[in-house]
Amino acid sequence: MKQANRVITVLIFVFLYIPMAVLVVASFNTGKDITEFEGFTFQQYARLFQDGDLLELLRNSLIVSVLASAAATVFGTVAAVGIHNLNPRLRKTAMTLTNIPMTNPDIVTGVSLSLLFVFVGARLLGQRNSLTFWTLLIAHITFNLPYVILNVMPKLKQMDASLTDAAMDLGCTPVQAFFRVTLYEIMPGIVSGAIMAFTMSLDDFVISYFVSGLDFVTLPVEIYSYTKKPLQPKIYAMFTLLFLLILALMIAMNLIQIYGDKKKTQSRSAGV
Amino acid sequence: MSKELIRLRNIRMAFDDEVVLNDLNLYINDKEFLTLLGPSGCGKTTTLRIIGGFTTPVSGDVLFNGVRINDVPPYRRQINTVFQKYALFPHMNVFENVAFGLRLKKIPDPADPTGKRMVKLSEAEISSRVMEMLETVSLKGFESRKPDALSGGQQQRVAIARALVNRPKVLLLDEPLAALDLRLRKDMQNELKRIQQATGITFIYVTHDQEEALSMSDTVVVMDKGRIQQIGRPEDIYNEPKNAFVADFIGESNILDGVMLSDYHVRFFGRVFDCVDKGFAPNESVDVVIRPEDIDIVPQAQGHLVGTVTSITFKGLNYDIIVEFKGFKWLIQTTDYHPVGAVIGIRLNPEDIHIMHKSEYSGMFGDYSSYSAEYDELTEDAGDEEE
Repeated sequence: MKQANRVITVLIFVFLYIPMAVLVVASFNTGKDITEFEGFTFQQYARLFQDGDLLELLRNSLIVSVLASAAATVFGTVAAVGIHNLNPRLRKTAMTLTNIPMTNPDIVTGVSLSLLFVFVGARLLGQRNSLTFWTLLIAHITFNLPYVILNVMPKLKQMDASLTDAAMDLGCTPVQAFFRVTLYEIMPGIVSGAIMAFTMSLDDFVISYFVSGLDFVTLPVEIYSYTKKPLQPKIYAMFTLLFLLILALMIAMNLIQIYGDKKKTQSRSAGV
Repeated sequence: MSKELIRLRNIRMAFDDEVVLNDLNLYINDKEFLTLLGPSGCGKTTTLRIIGGFTTPVSGDVLFNGVRINDVPPYRRQINTVFQKYALFPHMNVFENVAFGLRLKKIPDPADPTGKRMVKLSEAEISSRVMEMLETVSLKGFESRKPDALSGGQQQRVAIARALVNRPKVLLLDEPLAALDLRLRKDMQNELKRIQQATGITFIYVTHDQEEALSMSDTVVVMDKGRIQQIGRPEDIYNEPKNAFVADFIGESNILDGVMLSDYHVRFFGRVFDCVDKGFAPNESVDVVIRPEDIDIVPQAQGHLVGTVTSITFKGLNYDIIVEFKGFKWLIQTTDYHPVGAVIGIRLNPEDIHIMHKSEYSGMFGDYSSYSAEYDELTEDAGDEEE
């Protein structure tokens, strides 16, 4: 039984990671045909860094992801604190309202955001071309918010409520108490929320497809149009790099959590 | 101990529909050590939070030096708090924890003749006040430790230092010793009493531990069900409980039904006893309290009452024996051994009998028919989960 468990676990990971392995191998292939590995080369990486168009797309994606996740982190943290301070019934309602957009199919969110932007842009602002960098950014902030809120809420719940009372007791206004005490306590949640928002933003295709205009396109949206013709191997190289970036972020996130938990158990055992 | 500092007037507090405090009236004198004592859920912590400004009462007034402070937030009150679980800031070391309040403080600028400009305390002054405070609580040398590297007792003392360094008029303490073991708790009781007397700061102390309340306080306020049951000096609360609840909660009591025939004469168990109480209506039904340690055991023939020992427990200082009198069981504390089944007599002196008016608590306490030592411990544990 134990043996079978182990085998199945290994198999699951093999299936999960084989596609990535194929991609990584393909990125080092000298030939153009992915069915045949002809030789090892870094050439695809060299080509990638000479391709101005691809690099610009990558830059666009990074700009949107960084800005959107930063904004969502700030707004989401503020929202989480607000929701946390509501009475229990309202808090539950607010959390349900937070969860719905996350479970909503991306395509529905994308189309509805697109309709909203076109309506507001064309009708109220009289623009001819309403879908721009800004609509893309707003859309990304919107779908990132719930992830930040969901990561920050548990930290607020775990936090000893008397810490805030103590800060105010010693002379802090509520705002000072947040920056001097609460922020430190919920920081792990904020960081993991920010990382999650960043990765969500970076690889979003469906929503971005509907809300981006022609003058500012992100990497996933542009790659989609490539799939109608054969993909160039340098794109494999770029994906490999992106995979490594996400991998690094995820490892960082887990390390932060492990460190946070360890600190908590330590203080608990020392406290008694 | 003369000047009134804080007054709570007709305080009513409710969470949703649950009434927590019901028309509470209380005043606290300057430099007083006052304890709010009661079982969990009695409203004592809520009362403390109202004084601290963390909770606003539904109705009623909170007065500080005669000024209404209902709407003054905690950070503008001259009151500091020691929280139940200490609430030390985990990301700061001991020094920074204690300095926290001082760093926020603003005083009139001494260089400004108009006295209007406010400045922060100098780093040198903060440092000297923090170090002085750490010395007071015997924590010198621990400045750079983080709270999670301290023992429970040390964290406790940091919490006290962090509050006292601000030189408040009033210090609120919410079950500050509940998490400490017995030995440490006794030491800290003496320590707290010493600090209170040395600084002359008014202490308002919340606990469910009656012994702690009696040994530390100038004034004890016994609370239950959101109401004050009795206010008084520890001796008065113990010797002259107002009702069955107070008699039972403070120490052990045998509580019996009796009839006050006239001043100084009470009848119970079909026998008339002399007592020291007066001022009751003729033939008024009353509760009679007899403390287990006040009862004298005598040979059968000399006894006012004769009963049979049904259980005996060794308690160290004394034996707790349960004696049955005509179907009613009493707890008696004695230094002599009386085996189960022994028939003994007891004598009651007039000053050992305390008479109380009937109350809503009559008949609920003071019967040891189902007494067991384990039961006692269980109820004590339950008290730890305060609100």
